[in-house]
Order: sequence, then structure tokens, then C-alpha cells
Amino acid sequence: MSSPEETFLLECGELLTSMEEALLEMEDNPSDPDSIGAIFRAAHTIKGTGGVFGYDDVEAFTHIVENVLDKVRDNEITVDSNLIAILLSSCDHMEVLVTKAVANEDISDDDKVVDAGLRASLNQYLGVTAPGTNTESTTEIVEGKSSVEIENTGSMVISDNWHISLRFDLEVLQNGMDPLSFMRYLQKIGEIVHVTTLHDDFPSLEEFDPELCYLGFEIAFSSEADKEEIEQVFEFVRDMCTLHILPPRAQIQHFAEVIQSLPEDDMRIGEILIASGVLTERELSNALNSQNKECEGVEACTPTPIGEVLVETKVVHEEVLNVALSKQNKGQLSKSAKQTVLRVDADKLDSLINLVGELVISGATANMLSNNSGDELLIESMSSMSRLVEEIRDNALNLRMVQIGETFNRFKRVVRDVSKELGKDIILNINGADAELDKTVVEKIGDPLMHLIRNSMDHGIESSADRIAAGKDAQGNVWLNAFHDSGNIVIEVADDGRGLDRDKLLAKAHEKGLISDGQVLTDHEVFRLIFEAGFSTAEKVTNLSGRGVGMDVVRRNIEALRGSVDVDKNEYGGTTVSIRLPLTLAIIDGFLVRVGDSSYVIPLDMVNECIELEKGERDENGMHGYINLRDEVLPYLRLRDYFDEPCTQKNNESIVVVKYGSNKAGFVVDELLGELQTVIKPMGKILQNVKGLSGATILGSGNVAIILDVPNLVQRAIQSNNVHGIKSGSENVVLH
Amino acid sequence: MIKVKKKKTGLCEVDLDGELTIYEAASLKEELFKKIEKCKGVSINLSNVSELDTSCFQILIAAKRECDKREIEFTMNSHSPAVLDVMDLYNMGSYFGDPLVL
Repeated sequence: MSSPEETFLLECGELLTSMEEALLEMEDNPSDPDSIGAIFRAAHTIKGTGGVFGYDDVEAFTHIVENVLDKVRDNEITVDSNLIAILLSSCDHMEVLVTKAVANEDISDDDKVVDAGLRASLNQYLGVTAPGTNTESTTEIVEGKSSVEIENTGSMVISDNWHISLRFDLEVLQNGMDPLSFMRYLQKIGEIVHVTTLHDDFPSLEEFDPELCYLGFEIAFSSEADKEEIEQVFEFVRDMCTLHILPPRAQIQHFAEVIQSLPEDDMRIGEILIASGVLTERELSNALNSQNKECEGVEACTPTPIGEVLVETKVVHEEVLNVALSKQNKGQLSKSAKQTVLRVDADKLDSLINLVGELVISGATANMLSNNSGDELLIESMSSMSRLVEEIRDNALNLRMVQIGETFNRFKRVVRDVSKELGKDIILNINGADAELDKTVVEKIGDPLMHLIRNSMDHGIESSADRIAAGKDAQGNVWLNAFHDSGNIVIEVADDGRGLDRDKLLAKAHEKGLISDGQVLTDHEVFRLIFEAGFSTAEKVTNLSGRGVGMDVVRRNIEALRGSVDVDKNEYGGTTVSIRLPLTLAIIDGFLVRVGDSSYVIPLDMVNECIELEKGERDENGMHGYINLRDEVLPYLRLRDYFDEPCTQKNNESIVVVKYGSNKAGFVVDELLGELQTVIKPMGKILQNVKGLSGATILGSGNVAIILDVPNLVQRAIQSNNVHGIKSGSENVVLH
Repeated sequence: MIKVKKKKTGLCEVDLDGELTIYEAASLKEELFKKIEKCKGVSINLSNVSELDTSCFQILIAAKRECDKREIEFTMNSHSPAVLDVMDLYNMGSYFGDPLVL
């Protein structure tokens, strides 16, 4: 696959996703012009690029979709759920067509049937019976329909000429383009009625460089050509100029378009209108004057908003004003959305992050050497360099960070389709879509989430009738929440369904031999049973779930990402599954400690505090134990004993208090060495199955330090203390 | 490409000729402005200009602006067809205000 086609495939994927989102949006809000516009643009772009690449299937099919959308936009077709369903299927079909076209495969017979079916349904909306009819309505120009409105508002420019507003970028001449040639070309397709050449931007003589272009043009142009044709004149300088083409008999929609395309944000409404040519300065100052007059002599007067004044005086049409207002509101938002995006090969990014990792390690070495040398200047410059390295590291890692929202939004469609399939009424609520995490993690989390959501919908949420009988809302809810918590991201899938059935789970566990008869389990422990292999309580197996392969696969997938998964009841009586994942897989801030002769690294995000282990308490307890931390029971684990390190000292042990999820534990270490940037190197094959280690890192001195697997060790500290406690308890019984 | 005759009155008569394109623009700009630095008026003869592009046209604008700034006279005469064409396309005749022989 050559690279432009790959880009095409990627772009189509994105366009189809946004089209799908907009369709779902439109389902809730059928008359929203934004979603219709977004859908139309997506289809139009796919058709256009498909045509450029010569993918006739894609182009022909998308063309029909576009025609339907065109009519929707012109309010000739009303949007109903049937149409949305057809358009959603068309979306899917377009994806198939695009993939096949790029892979150079012919479409299968099945797809042909789908194709024909969709074409027929779409054509019905077009009022065409013969399939594949080419209606020429591809131009994006909405012409003259509101000439009456123009007369009503009275203040619009009435002109039979196109108005072309052209500003070239400075470099255009250096790129071998000459504005003259575009003028000459324009003359070929029509008549230039008038040109105003703007040269106000000329710099002073010293700064003037004749190889840069300082000219701008306002052209009145009379032609039979359509907007696309005129735009094509400037095809070669598309990237090097700002081009606005206002059609003859300029009218509302076009002003709206110009307003939308204004780059500035934080503008006042008047400025927006003037900049878009809807309003002249004179008209605005008149309006401002009348606004001021209103308040003359009246104290604490709230003047009518300028927009209303303008509409009242029939200077501006209300529709245009609304567009301008929404533009004003979106100012800040659109700024962030419009950030330019650069596609970078993932391999390049990985190699950058590897290099940064090496940089961190060699930086640590240099840092240590400078500290040993005692040269103050050197130490100072090293410390400022370390800071920079730290920033580079953070930035490099940030490159890989993506918002989870995109993954979440995909499930809107899933929930919609599955709820139709199950005959239930379920909506998806998304919170924390802006939480960021590593791209690789995001990619791998999709499937487990899909499982969990389907599970919730199939098993968790009851049918509408059952829900009403249980006194709940007929509509079921599924929540997808994401938030950050001590260096991890937590993703929750929650529902307000019937919840897990403790008795059923226990019975099933007995049947499978997972628990013995006398065992007493807490609710939480019972719920966790669903993560065991082969465990499903659903009485009937549907094509969605119930085969009992889901949850343990989910657990394994998540553990492979160094994460953990948990399940519990929630406040709505339903079930919440929470997934806890590390934010990144490559580099972390570590806390370096010494135990015996070895160094260990604890991920800094999990470190809560460090305290001294008092001698009295140390002597009292053995390898494991509890201490009283501000009236809280803190189990601790003596790392020296756990890792079998030789005992080199007896005094001054410290406890590092770590937190994972809701659990806290202490690790007893010999010495605290401080913070350290840590590049996680995976463990070799032999050590991979050793519990309690999550990786290794190389210290500045060249020594290896082990990175502790905190979740595992915390669990161990708590469990072994339980065993310990029970044992000592039984001993006590014997003694008494 | 460029010849400058300075009259006793301080008026400089500049002859431009040949292909005035972006390839010559940088040197043309430097030379022109160096040569008219001390002039008390500039008159440019364009009769032998066989080609004129936007970059060199901008030099003419810059020259006009500079003369306006220094409040000295700036005129152009004997526009060749190539120059007239650009003047016409850009509708800049009135800006320079010189009589054009069409």
C-alpha cells in the first residue's frame, strides 16, 4: 500500500467516525444544522478524494448518500429514525468500500447485495426509482433562494458579480506562483469587472523584500462559472492564500459561512459581523449610538444587546446574527479544536522515546559524576540540564498521550445498536472523556471495554417492563467514566441494572469447584468470582455474552497492561466494573530506596509518605506486621526479608507508605535515597514470572535497580498479615 | 537592467530594461534604491521592459511609496506593453497617476 492511499484510508476512517457521531447526534436533535453540516462535509470529502484516487465504487455510492444529505440540508427530506438507520448502514458500507478499494480487492457478493439494498432505500428518499441515477447537485452553493429575504432586510449587498477576496501568503512568489497568472486565468473563465489591489501591508523600505508578496486583491468578477470552478483557479495556491469567494446576490448562508471561517476568536459580535462583511463600520457605529441613547440619564440600565439592536433596526438578519453569536461562543472552543495535527509514524515516536530513555539514564550518570566531583559550577549546570531532560521526557511521553474520549464515543454506536437488538431502551453516559492516557493502552482497552459494556447491557440491565415493575425508570443507563487517581487512570463501566446475584454466583462457584463448602466469602469476594475462567451466570447464551469466556479474558488483557480490574455494587443497585491502568508504559518518576546492598525503585506516584520505623515496633513484629499510623492500621512488609537481602545494619529502618487504589501498605527499607527518573526496562524471560517485580532500571552508577510491583506487594502485605494474624490468634488460643 | 542619469536639478532619470522578474528582483531593488537615494525626483522610463512580474512590480510600488515618503516627485513614462498589461490587470494605473498611452 503506498502512502497517499494509506493516508486516504486513515482520513476516511476519521471522517466516517465523525459522520457516525454526527448521525447519532442528529438522532437526538434532528434539526441541528451543525450535525447535518458535519455529515455532509464528511460524505463530500470522501466522495471527492475517492474520485481523485479513482475508486469508482466509493465515489458512486457516496454520491447518492450525498444527494440525500443535500436534500436533508435543504429541508426537502425530514429526518426520521429510518433515515438515520439507513445512513448509519451507509456509513458502514462506505467503510467496507473504502477498505476494499484501497486493498485493491473486488467487493464480495454479500456486499453487492448490501450495496443494492442501500441504493434502493436511498433512492426512495430521492424520489428516484432507477438506481444509480446521477443527479447533478454536488456543488456546495446555495443560491438565490432567499432573494425575497434580501429585499426584506434591505441592507444586504445586491450585486450580480462574484466577489473574490484574495490574500496571498508572503512566500507565494518564492514558490514560483505569480498572482498575475491567476488574474490572467480568471479572465479566461469570465470577466474581471473591477480589481482593487491592496498594498497597505507594504513594510518599510529596509524590510521590503521584493521576493515576498505584500499584495491583496478584492475582485469583482462576472462569470457563468460556479463556485467550484472559480475555486479551482486557485487550486495551486490553496495552501498559500486566504481565499473568500462570495457568490452573486450574496445572501445569508454565505455570510454565515464567512463568519464560520473567520480565524479570530474572542471577538465582539460587531467585529465579527464587520469582519464577515455583513455589517459596515458605519452601520455598527449607528447601532452603538442608539444603544447608548437608550441608557442616557437612566441609572443602572441594562442596554439591549447590540445583536438585538441590529436585528430590530433590520440591519442584520436574525439568522446571520445567530451564526455570529454561536461563532463568538465557540471562539475559545474552536481554537482548541482547530489545533493543527501532524501525523507521525508511531515507530519514529517510539524511537524518540527510547532515545529519551537513554538520555535519562546517561543524564543520571553525568549527574552522579558531577556530584562526586564537587565542582559547584558543574553541579549547577548539571542540575539545570537535569531539569530540561525531565521536561523533554514529559513532553516526549505526552506525545503518546491521547484523550480517551474518542474510544468512548465509539461505544455510543455500540450501545445504540445493541439496545435495538436486545429490545431494551438504554443510553450511554460518558464522563471524563478528556482524561489522557498512552496511545498503546488506549488501543488495547477497546476490546475489554466492549465486553464489559455488552455484559452490562445484556445481563445487567433488565427489560423495560421489568424495570418499571422494579420501580425504576424504563430507560436503562450505562456509564463510562474515566478519571485520574495517583498515577493511574481509572475507567469505570457502570450500569443501573439488577446487579450481581450473590446466591447465583455462589451456587455456580460451588458447581465449578472454585470454592469449597465451608468457605465464607464477603460480597466483594463473591463478585470477584466473575473474573474466574469459565464463569457465567447467564441462564441463556446469547450472541452477545453468556459464554463465560469474557470476563477472565478481560482480566488477563488488563493485567497484561500492568493494570487491575475490580467489580462491585454501586449506588444505583447495579454493577460497577473499575479498571485501573498505569498512565504510561515507558518512563516513570521513581523513588529510590536501598535494602541491604541492592537498590529498589517504587513508582513515585504511589508513594504517600515516608516514616521511621520505631525500634519498639520493629522488635515486636517479625517479617510482617502492623503499625499504628495516626490511628489507622497499616500493614507492612519487610523488603529485606521478602527479597532475602543480607542484613547489613540494624538501626534506622524506614517505612515507605504506598497507596494503590483504596489499599495502603508500608514497605520497610534500610535507606531512602530520593527521587529518580526511571526508564522501565522489561525483565528478562527468566524473571518474568517472579511476583513483586515489575521491571528493572539502570542507575547512574551503572547498577541495576529493581522496580517494585506495588499492587502485587500491597496485596501480599495485606494477605500475609491476615494469615499471620490468624496464626498468632490460634497460637493465642493454645496458650490460654 | 538599470541605468540612472542624474540631472542638475537633482531629478534622476531611470531607464529600466529587459526582463524584470523575480530572478532579478533582489538585485534590482538594491541597485535602484541605492541609485535614487540622493535624488530629488525620480522618473522611470519603462519603454524597454520586455517582461514584468509581481515581484518587480512591487519594487515600483515600493519606489513610489518611498518617494511619497520623502515628498519628492515620482513618475513613470513610456510604459511598454508588458508594463501596461500588469497595470491593467492590477488596476493600479490610478495609484501611480501617470498618463498611460494605450
